[in-house]
Amino acid sequence: MSGEKDLEQIKREAAEKAKELAKQRLAAKQAGEGNDPKQVADQIAEPVVKESVAAAATDDADLAKKKAAAAAKAKAAAMAKMKANAQAGEAPAASEAKAEVSAPVEGQDADLAKKKAAAAAKAKAAALAKMKATGQIEANAESEAQAATDAADDDDLAKKKAAAVAKAKAAAEAKLKAKAEAGEGADASSGDDDDLAKKKAAAVAKAKAAAAAKAKAAASGGGSADDEKAKAIAAAKAKAAAAAKAKSAAGAKAGAEEPVEEKKPSPNQPYLDKYVKTITDNLGADILEDSYINPLSKDVPTLVAKRESYYRLAEFLKYNELLGFDYLSELHGTDFQTHMEVYVHLYSYKNRQSVALKVKLDRNDPVTQSVQPLWAGADWPECEAYDLLGIKFEGHPNLHRIMLGEDWVGHPLRKDYEPYDVEV
Amino acid sequence: MIRTEEMLLNVGPQHPSTHGVFRLVLKIDGEIIVEAKPVIGYLHRGTEKLAEDLQYTQIIPYTDRMDYVSAMTNNYVIVHAVETMMGIQVPERAEYLRVLAMELNRVASHLLWWGTFILDFGATSPLLYAFRDREMILNLLNELSGARLTFNYMRVGGVKWDAPEGWLEKVAEFVPYLRGQLKGYHQLVSGNEIFLNRTKGIGKYTKEDAINYSLSGANLRSTGVKWDLRKDEPYSIYDRFDFDVVTREEGDALARYYCRLGEIEESLKIIEQALEQFPKEGEIMAKVPKIIKAPKGEAFVRIEGSRGEIGCYISSDGKKEPYRLKFRRPSFYNLQILPKLLEGESISNLIAILGAVDIVLGEVDG
Amino acid sequence: MVQDLLESSAGLFNFGIFFILAVILLFVILGFVTMAILAERKVLGFMQGRYGPSHVGGKWGLLQSVADVVKLLVKEDLIPKAADRPLFIIAPVIAFAPSFMVMATIPLTDKLQFADLNVGVLYYVAVSGLTIVGMLMAGWASNNKYSLLGGMRAAAQMISYEIPLVMSVLGVILLSGSLSLNDIVETQRESGWFILWQPIAFIVFFIAATAELNRVPFDLAEAENELVAGFHTEYSGFRWAMFMLAEYVYMFAMSALITVIFLGGWLPLPFMGFIPGAVWFALKFSVVVYILIWFRATFPRIRADQLMEFAWKVLLPVALGNIFLTALIKEIFLK
Repeated sequence: MSGEKDLEQIKREAAEKAKELAKQRLAAKQAGEGNDPKQVADQIAEPVVKESVAAAATDDADLAKKKAAAAAKAKAAAMAKMKANAQAGEAPAASEAKAEVSAPVEGQDADLAKKKAAAAAKAKAAALAKMKATGQIEANAESEAQAATDAADDDDLAKKKAAAVAKAKAAAEAKLKAKAEAGEGADASSGDDDDLAKKKAAAVAKAKAAAAAKAKAAASGGGSADDEKAKAIAAAKAKAAAAAKAKSAAGAKAGAEEPVEEKKPSPNQPYLDKYVKTITDNLGADILEDSYINPLSKDVPTLVAKRESYYRLAEFLKYNELLGFDYLSELHGTDFQTHMEVYVHLYSYKNRQSVALKVKLDRNDPVTQSVQPLWAGADWPECEAYDLLGIKFEGHPNLHRIMLGEDWVGHPLRKDYEPYDVEV
Repeated sequence: MIRTEEMLLNVGPQHPSTHGVFRLVLKIDGEIIVEAKPVIGYLHRGTEKLAEDLQYTQIIPYTDRMDYVSAMTNNYVIVHAVETMMGIQVPERAEYLRVLAMELNRVASHLLWWGTFILDFGATSPLLYAFRDREMILNLLNELSGARLTFNYMRVGGVKWDAPEGWLEKVAEFVPYLRGQLKGYHQLVSGNEIFLNRTKGIGKYTKEDAINYSLSGANLRSTGVKWDLRKDEPYSIYDRFDFDVVTREEGDALARYYCRLGEIEESLKIIEQALEQFPKEGEIMAKVPKIIKAPKGEAFVRIEGSRGEIGCYISSDGKKEPYRLKFRRPSFYNLQILPKLLEGESISNLIAILGAVDIVLGEVDG
Repeated sequence: MVQDLLESSAGLFNFGIFFILAVILLFVILGFVTMAILAERKVLGFMQGRYGPSHVGGKWGLLQSVADVVKLLVKEDLIPKAADRPLFIIAPVIAFAPSFMVMATIPLTDKLQFADLNVGVLYYVAVSGLTIVGMLMAGWASNNKYSLLGGMRAAAQMISYEIPLVMSVLGVILLSGSLSLNDIVETQRESGWFILWQPIAFIVFFIAATAELNRVPFDLAEAENELVAGFHTEYSGFRWAMFMLAEYVYMFAMSALITVIFLGGWLPLPFMGFIPGAVWFALKFSVVVYILIWFRATFPRIRADQLMEFAWKVLLPVALGNIFLTALIKEIFLK
């Protein structure tokens, strides 16, 4: 629920990116229709690669996937995944293309179909696509076992996706059809692509599966590629925004529904990845103790600094150009009995992004560097933490007991605090 | 031979201009402030400590006592934090009631500020006008929640009371009335030469300073930072309303004055739209468990209160009481810049600067 | 009558007459002060959308001020331990006495006056300046930093504003050719009120008078929001009442002075001569008082340094220019 809100926030950006990507991909497809499928795959991968922090572009499916995930800076996470899948689908298709000519073409078409499906967030198209998708996933999964191609990881993805989608009401029906299709002998690569389509569709769809849709799905399994393409172009342009929205929303929902199977596609995951990457690139790998998305707290990326590197990390967070966290929103300490923790919530007005920075301290000797020299706003909050918890901030210019006064005995917010004056 | 000597002056804790039990230890040379040292904590009630032994619903009345001028937003931040953790979807009608209550309260809070700010300059009438209009808001909120100041209105998952019969109409009548009054306020004060002389260029700071000192609310926006959590990190249903974020570029006391008065008008806009969109019927409480237990983990949410950014951090171990509760209290953060602003100013400017920061001591001291 | 007495030989009998007259005047003034305070509160209430006193003495609260005075008189007499005791005690007296002294020269009508001095204006300004000493003493003797600051401010302000006050009235004196208040009024009988002839002087005088009175927007000396209550922070009970009394008596005196100098004193409007002069005086005087109260309901307080700037950089040059202009006019047109 909270994820949705955040998602909506980046909706606009996502919409723009989606439009661009749609255009690029279409162009790539058109260009690659008669060409070497491998080139096509690379071309499609390029726009993503450009945006990604990582530089090198390879045609390896795994790498492409990773890249895509990393690159999804400021884009909806769902979007990114779509892309990743697309590439994953395409790359194996390309590798197979040497043996089969028809496979890569189908891959591209499927790609288009997928895009189209996403773009045309209209319930009908979505439902249709979903039907198809679910059907083909199953087909994929089953055929995979027999075919045993080198697109094993795609299958995994497909399976996961399939699980997510299986929640749809139409799943049962779809499965039946899928089996039918499997009997017809759909090959693995088309299955992959369909996979993607399915996922997109699932995201959009409200699970209003209809019998008609099923029928159509079977028909379109044969594939009128031209139609799909045309549709895709129009739909992608017009409805890119809507699609992105729907997708991201759906992504969030899926995450909420099945957190175990599918690692929730938090919209802030790319940010976290970016932060971690920037930090490890510049400060080394051993500066962070942990980093994760906190789903309870509106998906805020959370970094846990190592005790000795807390100040260095804070400094880096403030002054690094990519991060630029210039605003300290909150600083406080907590006594977790096993350890003390200082929680700092930072915000960057430049990048409009939050991060939570934490550091765990020794409870018996809670000492850490003060961040007051970095953010003047940390002055009083640190005094407060010192007063109520006894955390000492080294380098603070005026650390005093701001609330209770210097003559107060004990630190009340410690869990083992006993009032000194028992009468009170 | 004339010899001058620095003198130590205690402003507060009982002083008419500190708006509560705030104390400033001033080192002055004549009437010029050489050094200012704020002393706070006179109203520290240990809300955060108390909350560790209270169930979530029981904490809500304590938040009323933090920023007692704008208790609705405080109510909201704690329930919002719990709802965020538990993933509760609040019913539409409740959300609209919350927004109405919060915006009315924001207007009341700004009116109070306006009155006392001008009173600090020795003009008594604006205070009484502001109180008259604020009184009407308090009456409205009284009808809604049963209290005039410490509302205890919101609950995890919704609100306590539905709007009484005819209440929405009363609010709808009040909005144009206050618009008219605001015009009068501007005529009375905003163009006054003496007032302008006392606020223009006083207590000035830059955008960078404002960000660096963790200022929020009108204190931040008066420097030109277009930042309002209602707009930029929409919570509740604020993304459904069309309103502006009032900013000024100057960063002085006058800019803050205009920001706050502008915010009143924007709040009125929101109230109007909320009344239009108000769902005819519906639940005011979501289905929540009898005893609310936030899931294990931690959450920090922040919302736009009347004075700035109110945050609430909850660390839960899955029990019905929070393991650790922490409020980010905007006045506490906003006040930090005061010593820097006061250096080299005269005592007359002190009240303009302190007044423009808009502090509520219950909030500063927690 | 008074003139005869003044010229008669000194003796116990004459002293007795003077004493009794003075006591009568004192009571008249006290009556005015109680009513002025009530009026101020009622008018402020009216302007601020509330009622003002409404309980003691009928629904208009007529006896509210009386009740306040009684309460102040029976209040415990507090003198801070660290205060300079003799100065602390004598300060209110020194502040109050001049306010009463200036009343002697002010002609309420052509008959009702204690002393028609031929330097009436100067006398007024000179004597009223003595009050500053009382305020400064009070501020110093209280041994309170706020009081000291308030006393200092009061002194600086009073001295600064006395200059434009005198300078502005010089224009009137040029036209009337006399420092005697009676003569000034009589001149206006022929020429028309001086507010018409000397509008600039009137405005400057009015502003300076407001500053002299320590009233909003020039009430810095007792700025409660900055200095708590300025020089009388430590005073309570009847000592504090003395300061308040002085303030309101000055309000009475200054309003009367403005009436006399600029508004034609007891002179009636044309064709309205059947109304006695005393009533005319009271009417004009009330208008001035009302405006002073109106100021209080409207203006915020000016800042100390701006106050000084205003006196020296605005009022004084304007007043000087007015003298020059008046001299020119008199030389060219009225010779």
